[in-house]
Amino acid sequence: MNSRTPQTPERVIRPARGLVPIDFAELWRYRELFLFLSWRDILIRYKQTALGIAWAVLQPLLNTFVFVLVFDKLGNFDSKGAPYAVMALAGLIPWQFFANALGESSNSLVASSNMVTKIYFPRLIIPASAVLSGVVDLLVSLMILAVTMLWFGLPFRWSLLGLPLFLLIAFSAAFAAGVWLSALNVNYRDVKYVVPFFTRMGIYLSPVGYLSTLILDKFGPGVHFLYCLNPMVGVIDGFRWCILGDAFQPNLQGLAASGIATMLLLVTGMFYFRSTEKTFADVI
Amino acid sequence: MSDPILSIKDLGKRYRLRTSARHNTLRDQLAEGFRRLVRRPAPETVHSPAEVEFWALRGVNCSIEEGEILGVIGRNGAGKSTLLKLLSQITEPTEGEIRIRGRIASLLEVGTGFHPELSGRENIYLNGAILGMSKSEISRKFDEIVAFAEVEKFLDTPVKRYSSGMYVRLAFAVAAHLEPEILIIDEVLAVGDAAFQQKCLGRMKEVGKSGRTVIFVSHNMSIVQSLCHRCLVMQGGRLIADAPVSEAVEIYLRDSSASNAFNQTPKRTDKPALVSGNLDPTDDGIRIRLGITSENRRSVAVDLRLADRTGIPVGFGSLGTLDSRSMVELAPGTNFVSFSFSTRALATGSYYISIDLTLPFSEYYDRCENCLQFENIRPAADGATRLVAQSWGYGSVELPLKRELDQLNITEFSSR
Repeated sequence: MNSRTPQTPERVIRPARGLVPIDFAELWRYRELFLFLSWRDILIRYKQTALGIAWAVLQPLLNTFVFVLVFDKLGNFDSKGAPYAVMALAGLIPWQFFANALGESSNSLVASSNMVTKIYFPRLIIPASAVLSGVVDLLVSLMILAVTMLWFGLPFRWSLLGLPLFLLIAFSAAFAAGVWLSALNVNYRDVKYVVPFFTRMGIYLSPVGYLSTLILDKFGPGVHFLYCLNPMVGVIDGFRWCILGDAFQPNLQGLAASGIATMLLLVTGMFYFRSTEKTFADVI
Repeated sequence: MSDPILSIKDLGKRYRLRTSARHNTLRDQLAEGFRRLVRRPAPETVHSPAEVEFWALRGVNCSIEEGEILGVIGRNGAGKSTLLKLLSQITEPTEGEIRIRGRIASLLEVGTGFHPELSGRENIYLNGAILGMSKSEISRKFDEIVAFAEVEKFLDTPVKRYSSGMYVRLAFAVAAHLEPEILIIDEVLAVGDAAFQQKCLGRMKEVGKSGRTVIFVSHNMSIVQSLCHRCLVMQGGRLIADAPVSEAVEIYLRDSSASNAFNQTPKRTDKPALVSGNLDPTDDGIRIRLGITSENRRSVAVDLRLADRTGIPVGFGSLGTLDSRSMVELAPGTNFVSFSFSTRALATGSYYISIDLTLPFSEYYDRCENCLQFENIRPAADGATRLVAQSWGYGSVELPLKRELDQLNITEFSSR
């Protein structure tokens, strides 16, 4: 009946001091819970909505429609020969994923306060599962992209195989920001007001409706470098490159800057999260 | 076997309470940071006056052997919940350490992580995973869990459509099938109707017999006494006793603040709540007056449970549970309910009264464990020279024996 062996390792709980390391082994042990929580988020996302999963289709479609109207029809945007709708969609898809993931994950810890105060598990899986649950919507919108490409008769290039890499960066960026914001949200509920503002501004501070090369041309390399610190600049540029080919090859230094900024945000976020994690249950 | 499965050394947890929400927004932090930059050197006030420190738990030492069922009792605010939170790693200790050998699972509440929109089936998996079960483990026990909860027909219904009884049964059923080496339980038996409570209690005893280590926190002395052999008594964040259960219960009841009146702030629910009570002697018994708040018009049963000085149940009386015609009709606002009962049959000694507000056999609204106390002292009945006292250990009820037929003058046996 008793599964305890004499070798059962002893665990010691005592006050932590200094920098708290990230316990990857423990995260791995809790991988099932992580998947279960994402699964829950996916199940409940469109519960009791009349349109259900159709929302995942409508959101990018309506957004693209507005972008086409404003930039292409009214603004006569030069989209380097590619159909503007596809170009916009290639920007909107990762942006939408990022914005949704940010919204969900930044609020995730506070929304799970019931669990946080009653059960122990590595708290990092909460914002992570919130980000992962957005992947379903992302896949739906990628299918819309495929249909749109067929509609405009665009070729499916080999470079599309590079998409997963940029998806991974988008995921990391959303997770990094989500980790920071969800931990901050436990202490400072200001985050709730900052995030919507952030995502509304971000759509203009990222090359969603336009091309990032415009920034380089208009404002010069200094501003462009700062601009590229926004992780989504690299992701969106990468998306367009994969989908529309070499005419849309991004500035490689900019791409590197985005990647490095994402990594920095991720590492600092995880450490900040770990160092505040122990007081979540007391403060939340 | 010589090493304890769990040992606690000098454990303490300090909370800092802020009397106002002054530093709680980013703006305040930024303003504070800016002020420090400007006024250099920073006037280092270690604790701002708005901050109050208090130790929810301090200097706790204890060790638990494998297979032991340990009770933890104490008043509200005694530090029981803090101790459980530290043991289950939900919050970090401020000082001291805990050494654990084995997988630990805590049930500080049933149904943690239940989502109202999800079906019973989905919630079993989700809740199981949250409690630390693997997917294969849940699948293996799925049928058993469903049978235990008695919800077969509603497996695919969202739990928001469940009655509160079904919800609680399902939640407990998942929890009851956990198999960690150390199980920490906080008051979860305080759920469901009486029959289900019995079932839960049975399950708990099974768990105890299977050699698992259980730490059990409760206000219910009779459950503690029936489950545990050893018990910790907490008071004001300290461990005041670590003793065999009967001794511990006596210490707890003696030191408790139970008296002839109580006041408590209602929990934030829309359910009827007990807010006050007091107790007066009458000619041949006790009169109790309860203050009960309610948000709306509702009828409730008021149950009274009587226990002796060692916490052993002595009797039960009710307005409504036994006879629904006597249920109490509450109006919105605060209601006062008075009733009395005779203590003539009770042995002398002290007694504790617990009050429950319920919807008979389906829902608990509020309760107050051992919140009123009285000392039964009365003159002996006509001509008698003694009264049965609790301290004799013969029980708490004096049975008035009525003399029937006597047969005298049977002398053969005695003369032989």
